[in-house]
Amino acid sequence: MTRRIVVHTLIYIVLIALSIFYLLPIYLMLLTGFKAFNQVDLKTMWALPNAGLHIQNFIAGYKQLAPNLTNSLVMVIPEAILSSLLGSLNGYLLAKWKFRSSNLIFSLILFGMFIPYQSILIPLVKFMQAIKLYGDIPGLVLVHIIYGIPITTLIFRNYYAGIETEILEAGRIDGASLMGLYRYIMFPLSAPSFAVVIIWQFTQAWNEFLFAVVLTNQSHWPVTVALNNLAGSQLVQWNVLMAATLLAALPTLLVYLFLGRYFLRGLMAGALKG
Amino acid sequence: MYSRKVNFALFSLLIAAILVLSACGPAATPTAAPVTQAPATQAPVVPTATPAPTPVEIFSWWVGPGEADGLAAMIKVFNAQYPQYTIVNAAVAGGAGTNAKAVLATRLQANDAPDSWQAHAGQETIANYVTAGQVQPLDDFFKSTGFGAVLPPTLLPLISKDGHPYSVPVNIHRSNVLWYNPKVLAAAGVTANPKTDFKTLNDFFAVCDKIKAAGKVCLSLGAPWTAIHLFENIMIGTMGADKWNGLWTTPPTTDWNSADVKAGIANFAKALSYTNSDASTLPDWQTASKMVSDGDAAFNIMGDWAYGYFANPAPNGLALKPHVDFDWAVAPGTYGIFNFLSDSFVLPVNAKHPDGTMAWLTVAASKAGQEAFNPLKGSICARTDCDQSLFSEYSQDAAKDWTSNVVVGSLMHGVVAAPAWANSIGTAIGLFQASKMDAAAQADFQKALVAACSSDGTCAK
Amino acid sequence: MGGSTEPPILKERRPMYRKFKLNLPQFILAIALIVLGLSTDFSLSRTELDVAGKNLTSIGLLTGGVIFYVGILLIISMFQNETILSIAILFPSMVAIAIFVYGFIGWSIRVSLSKWKGLKPDFTWAGLTQYVNLFHNDPRFIIDIRNTAVFTVGFIAGCLLLGLALAILLDQKLKGEAIFRGIFLFPMSISFIASGVVWGWLMNPATGNRITGINLIFQSLGLKSLISLWHSTPQPWGMAFTVIPAVWQLSGFTMALYMGGIRSVSEDLREAARVDGASEFQIYRYIIFPMLQPVTLSAVIILGHMSLKIFDLIVALGNKDIRLDVPGIYMWTTTFDGTNYARGAAIGILMLVSVAILVVPYLVQNMRTETQL
Repeated sequence: MTRRIVVHTLIYIVLIALSIFYLLPIYLMLLTGFKAFNQVDLKTMWALPNAGLHIQNFIAGYKQLAPNLTNSLVMVIPEAILSSLLGSLNGYLLAKWKFRSSNLIFSLILFGMFIPYQSILIPLVKFMQAIKLYGDIPGLVLVHIIYGIPITTLIFRNYYAGIETEILEAGRIDGASLMGLYRYIMFPLSAPSFAVVIIWQFTQAWNEFLFAVVLTNQSHWPVTVALNNLAGSQLVQWNVLMAATLLAALPTLLVYLFLGRYFLRGLMAGALKG
Repeated sequence: MYSRKVNFALFSLLIAAILVLSACGPAATPTAAPVTQAPATQAPVVPTATPAPTPVEIFSWWVGPGEADGLAAMIKVFNAQYPQYTIVNAAVAGGAGTNAKAVLATRLQANDAPDSWQAHAGQETIANYVTAGQVQPLDDFFKSTGFGAVLPPTLLPLISKDGHPYSVPVNIHRSNVLWYNPKVLAAAGVTANPKTDFKTLNDFFAVCDKIKAAGKVCLSLGAPWTAIHLFENIMIGTMGADKWNGLWTTPPTTDWNSADVKAGIANFAKALSYTNSDASTLPDWQTASKMVSDGDAAFNIMGDWAYGYFANPAPNGLALKPHVDFDWAVAPGTYGIFNFLSDSFVLPVNAKHPDGTMAWLTVAASKAGQEAFNPLKGSICARTDCDQSLFSEYSQDAAKDWTSNVVVGSLMHGVVAAPAWANSIGTAIGLFQASKMDAAAQADFQKALVAACSSDGTCAK
Repeated sequence: MGGSTEPPILKERRPMYRKFKLNLPQFILAIALIVLGLSTDFSLSRTELDVAGKNLTSIGLLTGGVIFYVGILLIISMFQNETILSIAILFPSMVAIAIFVYGFIGWSIRVSLSKWKGLKPDFTWAGLTQYVNLFHNDPRFIIDIRNTAVFTVGFIAGCLLLGLALAILLDQKLKGEAIFRGIFLFPMSISFIASGVVWGWLMNPATGNRITGINLIFQSLGLKSLISLWHSTPQPWGMAFTVIPAVWQLSGFTMALYMGGIRSVSEDLREAARVDGASEFQIYRYIIFPMLQPVTLSAVIILGHMSLKIFDLIVALGNKDIRLDVPGIYMWTTTFDGTNYARGAAIGILMLVSVAILVVPYLVQNMRTETQL
């Protein structure tokens, strides 16, 4: 048994060492976020803030970001929910209803994940203008939903493929239709997968900058654009920027801290299992 | 069975309802308040006057302290004079406006131009927006406001095409400034005076040897774009104003293949050998300038926006004492030369609110507007008749030089070369920095510069 | 396990010819929805919809379209043909992807075959000139290719190895597993820009009295030999250091994938192997690892496409230093700083092609054998 204790202790040491690696950047961000401007310097990076914790940075950062935080929330929450519903439907159909071209359709949809978004900015803006959804949050929601279709479909398809078809067969015998099977059998079983997709989409959309800055007008900017603007053009206030970065990352951070276990459970339940 | 179908239908209606509800989210307040302790004017939606003021969208990349304050001050002047309009400050940050230019280009392609936008005066405006037919000439405006008469004569041709001016310059920045720390020089036993003794680059390099021997960095350098900034000033210092201007004419009167360019490249390589090895990993230009004020480096060649960084009170600056903690001279070899860049505003074709744009341009061109903007931004007026007492000691010196020196245009900041050309040169400079910088690499670099001129510039192919 | 074809249990149990089964309440609902959708669209196309000061016309149109489409779906479902119904439900996604992906990429391809330089669109045909120039006359593009290769290999290998190691460590049923899991997972919530900036500070290569970041920690711990130039190390190894923030961010993700894969191996199987005398190491090597192959494949695809498009992280880390250039950055500066749209589009298409080379053979094989992805 002592061998076990030795091994476990070693494992703990390794885990703690790795944890330091993972936490170091956050520690640095916190440290810088609490410093006054003239103390911010690469040379004194690790020095603790003198003259107390400079909470003004967080207040200033919050004031700068507050209206945009609302924009981001209004954009991300509907987007995550809707794209997960759409992905779920698609994944269900493509996983369980193998009609002749289903694999082809899936491959064609999946390919959409791989395009570089910078190269389609111009036609995207022109199209959004043409359908009059340019400049405001609903348009950004639509764009995120559409570009999220490939990954959400992938995750759900994988997940549903791991569900035994016998369950559906039983429902079939009971006379359920295609959508009935979904509504009464598949959907209730989808919780882990929904957790994965919603959290993933939430994070992606929340941290996304390119579409946010190009597709929305100044009054509808999400928080990523406001954060970028804090970086300024000729003079960067690193202390406020770090504080604001932490604030902007707070929602996603909280999501991972508190809902991370559902994300993990979902992945472990086979959301992306082969 | 039917209940399931109904459920599905209701389910879809729920989806639709969520979509509608998401659009009814709270509207964000349209401000972009700068993060400073200075009393910044926000860009409000004025709820007072009836009818509601027409919005005028001004697009720039002035978001940081100093520049945002300057913009806010000019907006205040505007609001006082034109209460029937309200400015929507649509600034997007990003190094040298890279994000803003991307957004602007995308919007212009989609025919959704802002009411006016910031563009560097010179080729960045001419080759970009004028050639694409996206901005209108301003001859009448210049005549009716008398703006053309108060601009320095050397500036007017640089902002015009075929004799028609296309932008309203609001400020002038100087690129060829040598910032230095007198204490570091004294400690290294340097007796030369940067303000008078650097007539050629070799004089400068001799001093650098002394600094290096004393264990300090001679010339501090920052993020990659600062290398382009250094390059242009070394070239001017090597070949002089006329030959530098000659590189950019159509066709160039100074051959890119010439010995002058070769000498400039050799000097550039030598200058780079005196820089800090971690230059390209530094976040921007400020860290390099701070090396000088911290005493880790002797010299830094940077534009005059560094003055505000050194001298302004916290949190916008380091609150240092001029002539004691830091001092300035002109870049080595460029005495009597003013290497300028200028921010300007334009009048778009198909402007959404043309009267609003003209109002903005009027304020930007006016004495009051420029006097409000420039002291806070740290630049000098484009106009020659601004009240000099409003400005810092450095700016007053610069304003005197502006009227007396030979004026040349900056490469890094969009005056002399079209964006495609400048981009190619920037790539060539980056590749050169990444090389061994020996004679062979210098020859390759010159070849690359020649190729850039042929493919993107004004050389014959 | 991959390879076996799933018996198509759920294929049609009725013949494919149309057989209409009228369900009156559903039919009425369908008609009602169709009418509602059409009338909404009709009226909104004539007037604007202003709700609380916001122009919701387009959203209204979209909603009307959705309602109309749901009605159509209800009618289609009455035809008892599940293939048609499946395709009908998938149809909106397919149309969206057709426009937003294939349509736009088509535009980009067309631009890459032109001479467009400057802000005015110029679609003069130029054939493959842009592509030829990139491969023949462009040292920067060669640097990009090399850097992408280094980054991709390092990133994928780092994430897989570190993720696997973490998954195995946490598989040992220790106390506090949840806390460690949380710590390893949460970097995913940070944006690439933020992590690039912070890691840029940590990996600052300054030496002498300006030493800082991790080098400073090494120095104070007396580990002077570990002091490194990090990402300013002469090429090509400098690029390898840019992998560190990327692995920091995404190794938690691969860890989670592997944890799922490991846990799917039933404990009975492991117990049986132990009874047979296999050591833990052998159990991992011969039983669990082979079963992780599909997970690894999924991870490689997701990580691979991220690394081939990488942009934010490298810009935040390297400030557009050419030594750390990647195609994503080159495309951005060419298109938006240099206004050379045709060349930028060519770079973008090449980025897409490089991902396709990685992924399409797998997709084709997937289509043929009907293995799960």
